[in-house]
Amino acid sequence: MNYVLPIFKREFAAYFATPLAYVFIVIFLFAMGVFTFYVGHFYENGIADLSVFFGFHPWLYLFLVPAISMRLWAEERKSGTVELLLTLPVPLWASVVGKYLAAWVFTAIALLLTFPIWLTVNFLGEPDNGVILASYIGSFLMAGGYLAIGACISAATTNQVIAFVVSVVVCFLFTVSGAPLVLDFFRAWAPLPLIEAVSSFSFLTHFTAITQGVIDLRDVVFFGSLIALFLTANVVIVDLSKDR
Amino acid sequence: MIEIEGLTKRFGAVTAVAGLSLKVGKGEVLGFLGPNGAGKSTTMKMVTGYLAPTDGKIRVCGHDIETATVEAQALIGYLPEGAPSYGDMTAGRFLAFIAEVRCFRGTEAKARVKDAVEKTEIGPVLDQPIETLSKGFKRRVGLAQAILHDPPVLIMDEPTDGLDPNQKHSVRTLIRAMAAEKAIIISTHLLEEVEAICTRAVIIDRGAVVADGTPGELLARSRYHNAVTVVLPESEANAAAAKLKGLSPVAGVERTARPDGIVQLTAFPRSGALLIEAVSALAMREKWTVREMVAEPGRLDEVFRAITTDDAQRAKAARA
Repeated sequence: MNYVLPIFKREFAAYFATPLAYVFIVIFLFAMGVFTFYVGHFYENGIADLSVFFGFHPWLYLFLVPAISMRLWAEERKSGTVELLLTLPVPLWASVVGKYLAAWVFTAIALLLTFPIWLTVNFLGEPDNGVILASYIGSFLMAGGYLAIGACISAATTNQVIAFVVSVVVCFLFTVSGAPLVLDFFRAWAPLPLIEAVSSFSFLTHFTAITQGVIDLRDVVFFGSLIALFLTANVVIVDLSKDR
Repeated sequence: MIEIEGLTKRFGAVTAVAGLSLKVGKGEVLGFLGPNGAGKSTTMKMVTGYLAPTDGKIRVCGHDIETATVEAQALIGYLPEGAPSYGDMTAGRFLAFIAEVRCFRGTEAKARVKDAVEKTEIGPVLDQPIETLSKGFKRRVGLAQAILHDPPVLIMDEPTDGLDPNQKHSVRTLIRAMAAEKAIIISTHLLEEVEAICTRAVIIDRGAVVADGTPGELLARSRYHNAVTVVLPESEANAAAAKLKGLSPVAGVERTARPDGIVQLTAFPRSGALLIEAVSALAMREKWTVREMVAEPGRLDEVFRAITTDDAQRAKAARA
């Protein structure tokens, strides 16, 4: 933890050193509002819950999270600071974890700033706050999953635009891997267990399960192990990329 | 304090460093010379634990860089090529970050930053984002970062590149002041820098050491070493050249015409001979109108050219 903390602090402060943090938070909140109230017809539904609000999270994250993660490593590699960072007396894993946690805590702050909608729904009716809490936790975990994918892809390139576009595509595949679009591709040739495995990678499936109000250990393990997997890949990719 | 044994690095088919061995002790300032692409930066990147060697061993103060990377890195101050730093941070915050990573806390951290700032004279720009700084200040922020923890081993890739003559002078003064307590490796293209601050010069070419000695020893390899150059009006040049050739320790005379109607004669000594006394006595006797007379210490650039290869040859060799 001694190693991780300084890296985390520097990275976290870097979001606020440029307008990035403010632009991101404003757009995140604005988009959440637009989707919930205009696209999701929050008022017209006449139900005091936030399922409409949370339903849009995967789709918003799909575009907004890669915007955060794209710079994590691509920028370091482009500017050459990666050489400085990796010759400081800090193990590589600590740099990977520190940078990742900074991005995750930053998204958590953006997520927490959506609290007015929670106040609104409590003012209008009597929602099940347990379900809302579970959904927030689920949303946080899902954001962590997207970020881990994005961080890993960011390490593979020096170009932030490429990191963004590839991350969006990969995140999209993970989001919908339970949908026919992806499964049909495998159905033609893959054995059933593989198809089931692919479909179990779906962020949507796991997130929807949590938003029902039950935090199943399996869903938490899914996001946890996915994050661990991509961060491990992140370490390997950074290590390999130095040799070029 | 730095021990390098049989260091080799291959990038695919290209061999960047080929079996390089070197030991640098306390009090040494080693100037690392070589043409572009000779493997200087690659070697430094391996010594600092950034790149993993393909083969060979590196120990920094007894710590193996591959197995005890963090312990070794804690003892190294490193200025990478181009002095990269986080552009959107202010210089002050950047140094505070480095102090924190280097495990200094509270007043100790502040004192370390203050000390590094004073030594590198970057006080006036501490509150500016690094990306807005001039090249000279950026480089010195990188230097401050490297010396902040007063490391026993200091490795700097072209520390004075992009600095003006005053800044170069102050950086060299700083390096000289630290030299006694540290093992220092600097890479440079500036041969005058080697003469100014290095106690030892190592020339590498195609990834291997081709010369290793004090700057004086390298100068002695130059054919200009102990040569004497006399500058005369053209009217006296022919006679003077003949007389110079007549001196027994003189091996040969080279004549260069200058545009302003005067001629420069360089007399080369037979091996080991000192010429200056004989030549000056001759000049007095013959009453030459001597404009200038110089005893040459030797020319590093000429030694450098003689023992290293040019770009095209090297690219060919690397792929062979």
